[in-house]
Amino acid sequence: MTLVSISQVHVGWELPSQEFMFSRADLIRYAGASGDFNIIHWNERVAKEVGLPSVIAHGMLTMGTVIRVVTDWLGDPGKVIEYSARFTRPIPVPDTDEGTSIKVSAKITELLENDQAVITISAIHNEVTVLAKTVATVQLAP
Amino acid sequence: MAINQEFIGRTYPPTEIYSVGREKIREFASALGDSAPCYFDVEAARSLGYPDLIAPPTFAIVVTMQAGGQVIHDPELALDYTRVVHGEQRFVQHRPIFAGDEITSTVSVDSIRSAAGNDMITVKTEVHATDGELVSTVYSLLVSRGVGEAS
Repeated sequence: MTLVSISQVHVGWELPSQEFMFSRADLIRYAGASGDFNIIHWNERVAKEVGLPSVIAHGMLTMGTVIRVVTDWLGDPGKVIEYSARFTRPIPVPDTDEGTSIKVSAKITELLENDQAVITISAIHNEVTVLAKTVATVQLAP
Repeated sequence: MAINQEFIGRTYPPTEIYSVGREKIREFASALGDSAPCYFDVEAARSLGYPDLIAPPTFAIVVTMQAGGQVIHDPELALDYTRVVHGEQRFVQHRPIFAGDEITSTVSVDSIRSAAGNDMITVKTEVHATDGELVSTVYSLLVSRGVGEAS
């Protein structure tokens, strides 16, 4: 797979959108893999006691998932040289088989020197933005 | 209560060595639902020019979260952990993390500010390979919600 060239893109260029599903099982799996066993991510009783509508997805699960619109497009995750996000809204995950969905889109918002590009990612759950200032800087080919 | 600004710059001792394993990378990528071959297949990673499996861009959180506990549980800083939420996260990858890496994390308090009754503390973690190479710099903004705020 050949890396995308900076000459192939421009500011405003849109990457392919994707939709991701989070189920309770996904939260448990991420807790185990990451070591983040915060109880609000797996115990509905405690989540409700602290004022949440339900158990919520780990912010880092969301952040780690939505970057796939960038890495799937690039074909090389090692070309992500900077990645940041602000966690604005929790994502409640219902106790259903299918879970809940996040719609993710991304576009190039700035071209830098040295064939680098800035990509701004939008993550929407129930028509609300759940991550703000979600930005990746990537290295493209000349 | 506002956190004392004197804690800015406080640096904690480096963590013990974390050995990045292939199975941990595979487990982490699976937990993200990401089946990209370079996370699972050594030959696929080598075809991209890497020495071994490459870790996903947010993998550093696995090593830095534990290190960040030094700040969260620092008795002198006296953060109320039950009121702390994760506000922002930033990863700077000087190079990717690979299976086979032996890394240590060094945590410091990067900034402290207060707004709307909340304390905001930015924890900076530098991830080094054992040969001293800086691999990642990771910033986590922790928000300690003010006691007066409705919860």
